[in-house]
Amino acid sequence: MIISAAEMREGQTGLVINLSGGHGMVRRMQAMGVRPGVPVVKLTSQPFRGPVSLQVGATQVAVGFGIARRIMVEVAG
Amino acid sequence: MKRILLMGNPNVGKSVVFSRLTGADVIVSNYPGTTVEFTKGAMVLDGQRAEVIDVPGTYTLDPTIRAEQVAADMLPEGDVVIDVVDATNLERNLNLTLQLLQSGKPVVVALNMWDEAGHKGINIDVERLEGLLGVPVVPTVAISGRGISNLVSRLDEAQANTYPHEDDDRWSQVGEIVEQVQRVTQRHHTFLERLADFSLQPETGIPLAVVVGLVAFALIRFIGEGLIGYLFDPLFEKLWAPLVMRLSELLGPGGFWHELLVGKLVAGEIEFVESLGLLTTGLYVPLAMVLPYVFAFYLVLSLLEDIGYLPRLGVLVDTIMHHLGLHGLTIIPMLLGLGCNIPGALSTRILETRRQRFIAATLMAICVPCMAQIAMVVGLLGEFGAIGLVPVFGTLALLWVVLALIFKAVLPGEAPEIFIEIPPYRIPALRATGQKVWLRTRQFITDAVPYVLLGVLVVNIMYVLGIIQFLGHVLAPVITNILGLPPEAVAALLIGFLRKDVAVGMLAPLGLSLKQLIIACVVLTAYFPCAATFAVLLREFGIKDMAKAAAIMVTVALCIGGLLNLLL
Repeated sequence: MIISAAEMREGQTGLVINLSGGHGMVRRMQAMGVRPGVPVVKLTSQPFRGPVSLQVGATQVAVGFGIARRIMVEVAG
Repeated sequence: MKRILLMGNPNVGKSVVFSRLTGADVIVSNYPGTTVEFTKGAMVLDGQRAEVIDVPGTYTLDPTIRAEQVAADMLPEGDVVIDVVDATNLERNLNLTLQLLQSGKPVVVALNMWDEAGHKGINIDVERLEGLLGVPVVPTVAISGRGISNLVSRLDEAQANTYPHEDDDRWSQVGEIVEQVQRVTQRHHTFLERLADFSLQPETGIPLAVVVGLVAFALIRFIGEGLIGYLFDPLFEKLWAPLVMRLSELLGPGGFWHELLVGKLVAGEIEFVESLGLLTTGLYVPLAMVLPYVFAFYLVLSLLEDIGYLPRLGVLVDTIMHHLGLHGLTIIPMLLGLGCNIPGALSTRILETRRQRFIAATLMAICVPCMAQIAMVVGLLGEFGAIGLVPVFGTLALLWVVLALIFKAVLPGEAPEIFIEIPPYRIPALRATGQKVWLRTRQFITDAVPYVLLGVLVVNIMYVLGIIQFLGHVLAPVITNILGLPPEAVAALLIGFLRKDVAVGMLAPLGLSLKQLIIACVVLTAYFPCAATFAVLLREFGIKDMAKAAAIMVTVALCIGGLLNLLL
């Protein structure tokens, strides 16, 4: 099932399938290690569509809700 | 002269390596973006002077934000690159390493935070990594100095372009290298990792943020008051006052030198706050009233910075901040501004867009009093308790919110979404944190004290020449009718351009009512930044934007002062 990182449950792992958004934003995500084929774990989400934090490899990143919606991941069932 | 560049991802310890190599004092913290502009220093290499440049951190040479642009622009200027790599995050860091190798500059890799990698169960085969990359790889623990001499001795082995590859293929190349050199032992979550999760979970993180805020406030107050009550006040009252009294007798009251050095005696005694002499008020205000709070504030702030708390706070407040048209990380310039507006203004560079930086800097300059000013306001209004202090700081806080909303509505554009790496929590290295507190406190002593003395001198000269009396007369309509202050308050407003703490102190002898004191303190915060902050803002934003900001400041100050005059 393919959902966005914003929709993932806390603690859930997903495989990044696709990043969309502005060129600069996509490059920046990739440089931080968020790129297709990489597993990410959703750590926390702040209420009222606040930032989402993700674990990617040894890195923890926090991204705004809108950015998280553009990170598409494949999750189990 | 050989030029050595220190490059690497953000928050990997480049500045710590820099300070180890050059012996220079630099501020380092545990969050990405502490170094926003390159810092230069010098070291001796093989008997020759070499220049070392601490370049702002970047994830890539293909820049995506301003600080990264600085890094990419610096690269062609260097002769050798020391690539500082976070050993606990090898994969992401190597992506930049391969780009640096490809650039054709000779590279040496410092595998920093080597001890922490060990603690995390990460085992890296250094020899093998060296073989694969074709450049020296030196494990270092910069914070304790381990491995630094080895790093220096291997600088001349630096090699260029030893890992040819295609751009599109880089991540898979990195993956292959990591696969070959790194072994990770599974282990349980450490206490710090659990605390890290805890402080970002909204259910636990928000209460924790409140507790951290309250504890920080209580600590600053406790340390500041303790230092004043048990150290500085006794020193000034018991030791210094008798000496100055003797000088006063020697000079005889009323003369120019007596006025300048000792100032006015109140009922035949020295009043350190009111006398306005260089040796009385000029020393007492910066050393006995302000310094203790500045020290206490920087101690607490530096601990929070080095633990790694600030970016988490930025994430927690991000949602609220976006409702105000701001970015969560705007909290960092505001917190630094509470210490001194100058580092606050500089740290606006962690914000991405010019609009965001302009809003943050203007909000800070208007609504965030520096610790020197806060200390004086507390000294002046503290005796009234909450009735005195709440109206001042409450008004400024409310003004901050209202102004942010006005900026949001008026200035075209939006706050970009937050996008930040969250550093792991680290236990602050006592020596490094202590050094930072000392560095910041020393900066206050060397930068602020001369200005305070200059301020007191200028006041005295202006009184002697009759300038203050004249301006008080000319500006009386504004000062009296709008703000409800006596004409003599103009002296404080003038000196406020130079030093806000002296300006607040100058209100003391005027015999103002509580209402007048509140208005004067708020107006003094809002109407204009001190000269030093203004100079930094001017450099950051240029004359056009600063003229705009200055107009906003003066207008806001008059409005809020007039409003308080009507309401209170």
